[in-house]
Amino acid sequence: MTHSPLRRQLNLIDFTLAAMRRRLGRNAILFVVYVLVIFLLASVMFFSHAIRREASVMLADAPEITIQHLVMGRHDLVPLSYLDKIGKIRGVRSAEGRLWGYYYDRGTKANYTLMVPGKNATNLKLEEGQTILGEGVARLRKAQKGRILALSSPTGKPLVMRIKDILTSDSALVTSDLVLVSEADFRKFFNLPQDVYTDLVLSVRNQREVATIVGKVSYRLPDARIVTRSDVLRTYEAIFSWREGLLLALLGTSIIAFTIFVFDKASGLSGEERREIGILKAIGWDTGDILAMKVWEAALLSGLSFLTGTLTAYAHVFLFDAGLLKPVLQGWGVLYPDFTLPPAIDGLQLATLAFFTIVPFTAATIVPIWRAAITDPEQVMR
Amino acid sequence: MTLRPSLAIVSLLCVLTVLLGAALLHAGLSPMRQQHASSPVRQLGLSDLALFTEARYTRHPTMADLHTPFQDHPVSIDHFPTGSLIGPPQHLRQLGGQMTIEGVSRP
Repeated sequence: MTHSPLRRQLNLIDFTLAAMRRRLGRNAILFVVYVLVIFLLASVMFFSHAIRREASVMLADAPEITIQHLVMGRHDLVPLSYLDKIGKIRGVRSAEGRLWGYYYDRGTKANYTLMVPGKNATNLKLEEGQTILGEGVARLRKAQKGRILALSSPTGKPLVMRIKDILTSDSALVTSDLVLVSEADFRKFFNLPQDVYTDLVLSVRNQREVATIVGKVSYRLPDARIVTRSDVLRTYEAIFSWREGLLLALLGTSIIAFTIFVFDKASGLSGEERREIGILKAIGWDTGDILAMKVWEAALLSGLSFLTGTLTAYAHVFLFDAGLLKPVLQGWGVLYPDFTLPPAIDGLQLATLAFFTIVPFTAATIVPIWRAAITDPEQVMR
Repeated sequence: MTLRPSLAIVSLLCVLTVLLGAALLHAGLSPMRQQHASSPVRQLGLSDLALFTEARYTRHPTMADLHTPFQDHPVSIDHFPTGSLIGPPQHLRQLGGQMTIEGVSRP
């Protein structure tokens, strides 16, 4: 029993921990830096994966085809006659004009998106003089349901509306800056004629016909720009992949510094460690035991660091709403949605992180120890 | 009776591994936000996330016109950090030292 492999490994770990305690300062610094690097990397990975998934779920119901009118490369209002031209295309289930635009609120120094709910918005119907606010607008304006909201229009006349409702924070990621108004109020506010829209949205009967319909629309409306739902999803996939890559690139310098630090600590043996190996060899330890001891040292340090770093990153992103990453994402926008990401982990990403943090560190310790361990004890101790 | 240091550290590793497993389980079992008929995206026909509200091309990247980065003059750079964090579209990537715009090579 006393010579069982398990007990032998436990004894080796005991000895390793005692040796680590003798170099407590060095190991503590290594552990803290190691945890910090893994925490940062894992936080970026968790956040990017979760927001990418959230965007794809949220925007799965985005309009199938959006049509914009371009004049000299810039957006222009879409005339009502465009609806007639595309409504007759075979395969188009419905075509509808959207009314939305931007409004800069001087009071809060924030940009709002003013929008008119369409025919499908059965739960968000508005009458003239009523408004529904997104969570962010309500937060900035300290607005409450039933109160009055006044916006000074670009025409100089104020638009006064009663707040019918405030959109829940569940949808803040897409609705935070929205101010929903009736069509009459919208046209009055921006002084728009009756026969124009911001853009048009089409829904199609068969998803496989989207490309054909896009081709027909671009033939009938050569001055139109067409955006499909897959374009929207692809754009967000690219944005967050780029953003994740950029954050990781910014972290790259710290990762390189950490790699050099770790490699220096792990691969270079101090005089004390050489002497220790020499003594162990002299008192009868074989090379395998010394290697096992050092592998345990590296594995315990990197394993503990990986687990601590990953768990704190998980708590940071999903329990504390990624507070440290938000300033990077927030940009210069005054109005930032207050949202919580549903937890999502990409197993492959996590496995990759584990592999690239635990394995190289453990491997880097083996070579110098093996070199010292196969040398004559008397020579090592000198 | 005191716990051997080796048993203490192995126990700690086991506890942390179980916690990581619990986190994975928590993430796996967390319900994905279900899109239903009353979702604002479906009802309002929304096409963009309200994450970056500082400029129209960051608020609605998918709806912005193709010339937004150059809206002031042809080599104008973005004014906002968000714009610089959004990558250029695929067809504008540098290929073989030349900028290609939809297949048309430019020096």
